[in-house]
Amino acid sequence: MSILEVIIFCLIKILVLLTVMLLTVSYLVYFERKISAWAQNRLGPNRVGWQGILQPFADVFKLLLKEDIVPEAANKPLHTLAPIVALFVAFTTYAVIPFGPVVNIMGYSVPLVVADVNIGILYVLALTSLGVYAITFAGWSSGSKYSLLGGIRSSAQMISYEISMGFSIGGVLLLAGSLRPADIINSQAGWMWNAILQPIGFITFIVSAFAETNRLPFDLPEAEPELVGGYHTEYSSMKFAGFFLAEYANMIIASTMIVTLYLGGWRFPYLENFGLSNGLFAIISVLTFCLKVAALLFFFIWVRWSIPRFRYDQLMSLGWKVMFPLSLINIVWVAVLIMVFKI
Amino acid sequence: MGVKKREKDLTFLERIYIPEIVKGLSLTMRNMFKPKFTMKYPEEKFIPPASYRGRPVLVMEENGEERCVACGLCSRVCPPLAIEVQAGETAREKERYPEKFEINMLRCIFCGFCEEVCPEEAIVMSKDYELAFSNREDAIYGKDKLLTPVNQLQDRIEFLRSYK
Repeated sequence: MSILEVIIFCLIKILVLLTVMLLTVSYLVYFERKISAWAQNRLGPNRVGWQGILQPFADVFKLLLKEDIVPEAANKPLHTLAPIVALFVAFTTYAVIPFGPVVNIMGYSVPLVVADVNIGILYVLALTSLGVYAITFAGWSSGSKYSLLGGIRSSAQMISYEISMGFSIGGVLLLAGSLRPADIINSQAGWMWNAILQPIGFITFIVSAFAETNRLPFDLPEAEPELVGGYHTEYSSMKFAGFFLAEYANMIIASTMIVTLYLGGWRFPYLENFGLSNGLFAIISVLTFCLKVAALLFFFIWVRWSIPRFRYDQLMSLGWKVMFPLSLINIVWVAVLIMVFKI
Repeated sequence: MGVKKREKDLTFLERIYIPEIVKGLSLTMRNMFKPKFTMKYPEEKFIPPASYRGRPVLVMEENGEERCVACGLCSRVCPPLAIEVQAGETAREKERYPEKFEINMLRCIFCGFCEEVCPEEAIVMSKDYELAFSNREDAIYGKDKLLTPVNQLQDRIEFLRSYK
């Protein structure tokens, strides 16, 4: 493949991914409202289009038409920068996560991932920690006490949970022997899913992912009843929508990361033994990936409407006294697995 | 601070959260499939019970005459002074009738004092709760809007009798 062809294929993949991501994000908001309604014996949005299916577009138009208010006390450049950083982080992280196997299209073999880099996991970790800056900027630059408290909470929370998250990933990396997401997926062929081999790491990673994405039960940076709206109290119009989109995009990233690291990525167990054609294999793989991610997204929403918020000290003690030691135990467990069972 | 004494310590299973979280999740999951309480309002309407105090209306007998004898008690008792009555004379058996009977629905507070005080059971609270106006003039309901056939108000009248 010439360099031009590589660029064209990359651009096509980026375009498709961005479109799919944006649509998924807007429909995630819709399903969040629907599922919350179902859990509370309500119906949810059902006025715009069939069963409210056009609700996300109505929401976006409403937000676009609203006045963009910047408070007098705000630091204006940073106030504008914060949602941009949030969105940038949310949408660039997805570049390294493979959503399907290598496929042959018109004689070219194209891997179904935007950038197949050998430090993929490191890249994701680096970018998601950048996401803290967006929230801290937003909280600090708004010039409001509620925003500031939200920003402080979120940075403390994210730093605490990043540690157990990193150590949980450590177990996965020990087994795969590589930081490349494609290699990690390949190491989970068949039923050798990391979720089954290292359940403790799986649980600590999921809990940390909830904390990293600021979802309930760890949504202290927002905490509506006590902090009004947390870091985005002073945001309106499309800047607010930027944070909103970023939050849901982060949820998708967390789900895809969990799928890649623990649930075998796009692999359908033993699909390669069925003797399917290349095209059908690719389609089933991509569908498997989508299904796994969708199930996890449902789980995210489901948990939000079931579990109450932690108190701040409970959150910190859970992070440092429970999740951190558990993730260390998980590393020891994986080491034992490798030493004793030679996996 | 020291160690606080608790009335009851959590058991080990409760302290590792996970069984409790699973319980909570299964509860919400079960609720997702239960019948919904939402009423799709403009399409299906809420029919209130007889004890409901909606818009006050005047009772109209089967022959098309009003029961009201324009004694003015309702207008005297009305706390926000929403009712205005002007009596007139007729050749009918009851001799008096309201020439003008107006309720300002912007003032009405739906307390139901008018129907309590009425000696003739002539003004009762209906089940009508859809009260929207586009201007202030429309909010003053005259006799044309207030008179309602008695058979539509039967269950409210029976309810009032059971409590008098």
